[in-house]
Amino acid sequence: MPVLEHPAYPAATLLRLENLVPCRESQVSMLLSIFGERQQFSFPSIFIYGHTSSGKTYVIQTLLNTLQLPHVFVNCVEYFTSRLLLEEILIQLQSCSSETEQTSPVPCDTFNDFVRLFKQAVASRELQDQTLYIVLDRAEQLREMEANILPAFLRLQELTDRNVTVILLSEIVWELFRPTTGCFEPFTLYFPDYSIGHLQKILSQNHPPEYSADFYAAYINILLGVFYMVCRDLKELQHLAVLNFSKYCEPVVRGEANERDTRKLWKNIEPHLKKAMQTVYLREISSSQWERLQRDDGEPGQLKGLSAHTHVELPYYSKFLLIAAYLASYNPVRTDKRFFLKHHGKIRKTNFMKKHEKTSNHLLGPKPFPLDRLLAILYSIVDNRIAPTANIFSQITSLVTLQLLAIVGHNDQLDGPRYKCAVSLDFIRAVAR
Amino acid sequence: QKIQEDLNKQLFDNLVNFLRRSHSEFQDNTAEWTCRMKSREIPTAALILGVNVTDHDLTFRSLSEVLLNNVTPYVALLEAKDCPGIKNLIQKLMGQLMNCYIDVDSLEDEDSVQVSQNRIRCSMTSLVNWYENVIKKTDSETPSKKKPSSSRHWQSPPVVVVFKDLESFTTKVLQDFIVISSQHIRELPLVLIFGIATSPMIIHSLLPHSVSSLLCIELFQSLSCKEHLSTIIDKLLLTPQFPFKLGEKVLQVLLNIFLYHDFSVQNFIKGFQLCVVEHFYCQPLSVLCCQLADSKKRVNSLSHDQCENIRRLPSFRRYVERQASEKQVALLTADNFLKETIQKLLEELHVYHENYVLVLRCLHVFTSSLPKYPLGKQIRELHCACLENQVWETEEYESSLQLARMLNKSDLVTMLQQCVEIFVSSSGKEFDKTVEKLEKFLTQFQKLEAEAFQEQDVSVSSQKELQKKTDLYHLQKTLLELKESRRSKKLTKFEMLRFEVVDYIDSLVRNYLVPADHKTLHEIVYFNTASVLRGHLNAAPRIALHTALNNPYCYLKNQALKSDGGNISNKAPDICIAYKLHLECGRLINLVDWLEAFSTVVTAAEGPNADAASSDQVDDIIHARFIRAVSELELLGFIKPSKQKTDHVARLTWGGC
Repeated sequence: MPVLEHPAYPAATLLRLENLVPCRESQVSMLLSIFGERQQFSFPSIFIYGHTSSGKTYVIQTLLNTLQLPHVFVNCVEYFTSRLLLEEILIQLQSCSSETEQTSPVPCDTFNDFVRLFKQAVASRELQDQTLYIVLDRAEQLREMEANILPAFLRLQELTDRNVTVILLSEIVWELFRPTTGCFEPFTLYFPDYSIGHLQKILSQNHPPEYSADFYAAYINILLGVFYMVCRDLKELQHLAVLNFSKYCEPVVRGEANERDTRKLWKNIEPHLKKAMQTVYLREISSSQWERLQRDDGEPGQLKGLSAHTHVELPYYSKFLLIAAYLASYNPVRTDKRFFLKHHGKIRKTNFMKKHEKTSNHLLGPKPFPLDRLLAILYSIVDNRIAPTANIFSQITSLVTLQLLAIVGHNDQLDGPRYKCAVSLDFIRAVAR
Repeated sequence: QKIQEDLNKQLFDNLVNFLRRSHSEFQDNTAEWTCRMKSREIPTAALILGVNVTDHDLTFRSLSEVLLNNVTPYVALLEAKDCPGIKNLIQKLMGQLMNCYIDVDSLEDEDSVQVSQNRIRCSMTSLVNWYENVIKKTDSETPSKKKPSSSRHWQSPPVVVVFKDLESFTTKVLQDFIVISSQHIRELPLVLIFGIATSPMIIHSLLPHSVSSLLCIELFQSLSCKEHLSTIIDKLLLTPQFPFKLGEKVLQVLLNIFLYHDFSVQNFIKGFQLCVVEHFYCQPLSVLCCQLADSKKRVNSLSHDQCENIRRLPSFRRYVERQASEKQVALLTADNFLKETIQKLLEELHVYHENYVLVLRCLHVFTSSLPKYPLGKQIRELHCACLENQVWETEEYESSLQLARMLNKSDLVTMLQQCVEIFVSSSGKEFDKTVEKLEKFLTQFQKLEAEAFQEQDVSVSSQKELQKKTDLYHLQKTLLELKESRRSKKLTKFEMLRFEVVDYIDSLVRNYLVPADHKTLHEIVYFNTASVLRGHLNAAPRIALHTALNNPYCYLKNQALKSDGGNISNKAPDICIAYKLHLECGRLINLVDWLEAFSTVVTAAEGPNADAASSDQVDDIIHARFIRAVSELELLGFIKPSKQKTDHVARLTWGGC
């Protein structure tokens, strides 16, 4: 029995739609009831939010495509300025309205222009009686554009006096959007995360043609058992499923096991998947390297991951500079005299006090220090004398470009630049060795 | 000079070859990546380059050259400082890509129109459109004329985007760019290359997981700069073909700068070039520093003055003193005879260099595998030691020889084989005998081995015999005998041979590794003034400023300014006086006091009539001069106005603390 029912659309299309968007039936039917029939005015703006890869973009796209509703789809990250965004919308409008006449793109700088041009574009179309949908994906980027863009999009129907609906897709809730003035409250719709059952259903849907659906479903079951704890991202799971499936099939191909022998297959695949979780999922090694590894069936030892190359080679004095910077960042100024002077006063402070101080300093993070203090500490920790040559100074700047040190304050301040040490204790330990 | 040009060429050849090696693997992989375009991941190469930032420019330039020649015509290099925002990044990218497109195809009018049109809308879509256009065009052109060039590239060449310094890019820009390009990866085959200076962990710290999961990263490690340096030293200093040599101290200075300061091969090469220039500039006899055949010609055309110059060389004087008396006279007076001797000596020097390098390598083979490396791990350390003084007199040499006497057989044999290879690879006749000798050693070792086998056979058979005997006493006796004989005979034979080998190597070293200072005419080819080089390369801005202000004679060369130090002369420039006075002050300087002191110093020498005029009122001119000096000091960064006290300035230099 079909879940989706709507008088305006033929039942066959709806059924196809239902197959394309599994586990999202309630949301789709809600949207359909809001959209109404083609010529009916719909809600001026709809705000859809949900966690990463909960199918927002996909559902909207398939919905609009299968029902063949006129729409414009724009990603706000890609068109990073308001001008680019508005022009892109207009270009798409032109191209979908009339294929015959290709007008050159019109410059559109302000929203006022946009409203005018938009009216022209819609007026010239033959589908005036249909609702036009403008979908703005990753709508959180709109907040960083000019202040009038977001409220204006929300009120587009009112401003243009045309049958248009703006759909905003975002990963964050509406409360974080709400501008201060002139705002029209959109209709908000929440897409909840897929549950494990949903994931299972969706992943099993696109099984490779050579194998039966049951076989693939069993595989997905195993995969989810391993990865569900760490990853609920549908895209990522799909990626992993494709990568590891050939390994899973290996015993079947070799004829050692038939498709029903799930227990044997499970034994075969489980350690492999665990390895995958440690490497591919964290992008320690790339998927192509992973595939090659599977083909060769070699040891993963020879293929070191990204984090294996943590060691950094530094010149002799750079090491000392870095250590000095670290000391300057994490030790308070008043202890300098005690630590770095040869004839310091009495050092018999309670050990407990020092320990306590140190941990709190590490929790607080690095503090800025002036250049002179860095050099003074450097001179005291290096045994032999070093001249303050230009080489030393240029090394400091090169450390800054490597992001091992960070400059604090303005760059143009020539007298007394202040730095911060940007590396961790572990790194310093490795360097100091 | 032309020799320097040669040098440059050789160096860059070296570099490019080196890069080829490191990037050949990389090119293979680009081919494979194109197959993976179907997925949404962007293929990415993370290139770890080490911390020597100054070298990277050259590396990237040659990398892009290689890519342009072999892989794809579309390469864009991006630097962090050009791309503070995503907009700038894409603009820059499009500019570079479209320009290189114009370079590849001979540009026509409609092309340029297209480009100018596209520049209005700098977005990814226009880039995609542009790319499709280009591909279509090259496809249509392929059959007609562009076969050879496009057959090198593929049907749809990837667009390579190189991020030169990944660390300096802001995270937002990178994330946005990756997200955008991942959406267009189907239409636009994009390959990213990250230049990473520190460690690949930086990718994870720069990019969140949702973004880095869009990338398909493979890691490539370029050779470490130390290895790079040693190849360069190998190719430049340790070859007899290259006439110019570095003295021990100079080499030490260059190496110190490299190891202690910047790890930059580029700077090392620049220092080396500076040495070459300095040598040819300062040493009048450096005309003779060229290939052997050329130098012979040049010796014949030497003028009388140049001959005198040669006579003045300390090494040549030593040589003359060793000769017989009538020969001495001839050498010191007759130019022609002198020229002949010089030719002979130069030839000797050349031969010496050839032999030197070979024996050095040989010795390096021996010492580099010894425990604790008494003579250094790298050949450059050994080279320095040999140049410094007679290496066989040092303690380290002694200890290394002792260690060499304890080597086991297999190591020794492989070392000998390596030495033989080294000697055989050179064409010199002189080493035929050494090769023979070494080979004899080898055969002896082999014989020894065979004997050992035989003996083992013998012992096995004797053991079999033993088993027949039942007498316990006899058995014990024969066993003892066997053991003793084995120990004494076999080991001594091997040990004797080993001693022989080591002694032979020792004699080789003594013959050929004489330090260059002991050779006649070494001044011609060796550059040895390390202090000059140090002065040029180790810039010390603070010290230079201090000397300039404290002792103006050093730079101005004005006799009147020559002073003993302690007192402050009034003839010095105003700024010097002000500087010296401010050295005596504390952290905060009272301007009025300073002005008083300044005017006292300035008017001190002008006699009693002057100070009658300005007893308590400071002269306007002096006041103006003082203000100018103070503002100059402020400009130089010695003082700055302070807000703690009125009429005071704060000192910024060390003395204040």
